[in-house]
Amino acid sequence: MISNKTYLRSFIILALVLVLCFILNISLGSVYIPLKDIFNSIIGVATEQESWQYIIQNYRLPKAFTAILVGSGLGISGLLMQTLFRNPLAGPFVLGISSGASLGVALIILGSSLFGGAFALLMISKWSIVIAASLGSFLVLMSVMVVSLKIRDTMAILIIGLMFSSITAAIVSVLSYFGSAQQLQQYIFWGFGSLGNLSWNELGIFFIIYIIGMVLCISSIKSLNSLLLGENYAKSLGLNIKKSRLTIIIATSLLAGTITAFAGPIAFIGLAIPHMTRQIFNTSNHKILLPAVFLFGAMVMLICDSIAQVPNSDYTLPINAITSLIGAPVVIWLLVRKRKMIF
Amino acid sequence: MKHIQKHIILNTVGLSIGYSSKKEKTVIASDININLHQGELIGLIGANGIGKSTLLRTLTNVQKPLLGSIQINGKNMNDYQAIDLAKVLSLVLTETMPSKNLTVYELVALGRQPYTNWVGSLTKEDMKKVNEALGLTNIEKLKNKNCYELSDGQLQKAMIARALAQDTDLIILDEPTTHLDMYHKAYILKLLQKLAQETKKTILFSSHEIDLAIQLCDTIIVMTSDQVISDQPCHLISKGIFNNLFPKDLIGFDEKTGSFRVIK
Repeated sequence: MISNKTYLRSFIILALVLVLCFILNISLGSVYIPLKDIFNSIIGVATEQESWQYIIQNYRLPKAFTAILVGSGLGISGLLMQTLFRNPLAGPFVLGISSGASLGVALIILGSSLFGGAFALLMISKWSIVIAASLGSFLVLMSVMVVSLKIRDTMAILIIGLMFSSITAAIVSVLSYFGSAQQLQQYIFWGFGSLGNLSWNELGIFFIIYIIGMVLCISSIKSLNSLLLGENYAKSLGLNIKKSRLTIIIATSLLAGTITAFAGPIAFIGLAIPHMTRQIFNTSNHKILLPAVFLFGAMVMLICDSIAQVPNSDYTLPINAITSLIGAPVVIWLLVRKRKMIF
Repeated sequence: MKHIQKHIILNTVGLSIGYSSKKEKTVIASDININLHQGELIGLIGANGIGKSTLLRTLTNVQKPLLGSIQINGKNMNDYQAIDLAKVLSLVLTETMPSKNLTVYELVALGRQPYTNWVGSLTKEDMKKVNEALGLTNIEKLKNKNCYELSDGQLQKAMIARALAQDTDLIILDEPTTHLDMYHKAYILKLLQKLAQETKKTILFSSHEIDLAIQLCDTIIVMTSDQVISDQPCHLISKGIFNNLFPKDLIGFDEKTGSFRVIK
């Protein structure tokens, strides 16, 4: 056993790197702001130009915090799914949470013209999108879970997840066919993912749900560790499999569902970060993995966002493209060295 | 008979095992009455497909009995909460772990889960039990190794240590000697004998190593297609039970040496 002190030291170093990434993230953007003024505006001291303070406090800070919540939340929900399904390729995206959320959002944005009446009453506000995405993701994950209870083969569960994704994609296609150009654009922009859309109020709600999800994750550490031995052993250790399974699913759908609702379907983070962390820390113990995935997830997301901003330019690339550009090579690398990969 | 004074850890009353679906019941064995005493090493033997696994699955509460009851420490198994059952019964299964990226220490420490708090922190008491388990199975030197680095024999010892750390009156092992070479088969069963004697735990294992079981076990449960008998090995031999264990065309039991011979 590597002693707890060694882990503590790595965590402190990672936390410091995270703070650096955070500062880097808020100091980069379309407008150049000197580092001194960035610190001043954070602690509330007047900056050289008033607009700088506004940019930092109402745009860059909420965006950086969103990146931390999104990166850590997706990483951890991916970790939970991989352990629960005993499959290294599981993740929120593979099992249909994101596609469920997409379906919910598509129904709200594109379906309003189709169904009229009932939906017309719902304003297409940010909130209805958030609720639709959460409901969609929860329903799809539950469906996958119900089917997977009858089938023990983990690969089959993945295929079932893919099938559900195909079904939702098909429904979205049908909805798109009837949607107007404006609705389509709105839907596609949602699909790009965005970290910068949240006001402090929205971030507050996001944070509350995130905390509930996190508490559930932390309370699942013990059951996740016993699930590493397989369900029969976990049961023999007195674990209530059904209850722990449900807790893990609720935690995942709260985290991944809310993230997808607020920031759009962010790809690959949920799959790639847990693997990165396992390789680096060389353990499957969730007491170590959970905080480590939190730190790595937040860090990678901050870096991706910094890149997506294309510093000192007016362009902002879709965050989803950047995470995939960084995430996909990691997944490929994992597959190539699969024989050595320890799950 | 020394057995009579011994405390009974597990007993079955008129137990029928098998599978039931909506359409029909498949009875694999019925009217099983066995008593497992404290501190005994018990071997469960029988030909392939005779129902050893079904019996073990029933005794470990994985599947329900068709008829009859199982009592542990005088209390019906169904009346145990999952967490309380985990404090009297621990298992070593044939299935491989989905993840082998835990250290031996972490693996053995998982045995303490029924006793630890909601995040699974180990107390001094827990650590003491884990170290005891590592010591009893002679794997202290391996405790910092990851499970994927272990040989089959070492991994089996670690799984036994995990069951020991669970600190239960009864340990049930499903074919603990498969995949092991002759030396390690003997080593593991000898280890189980030592553990039963030293820790006063009751240890039940299923095995195809009949020769070794005859030499090491206090009691052997023999499953044949007509009956389930449990007795001391010497009594079973004198009753000629082993002679009818397998079809007689290929191997025969030699009562003098207590082992099976290929018929030439």
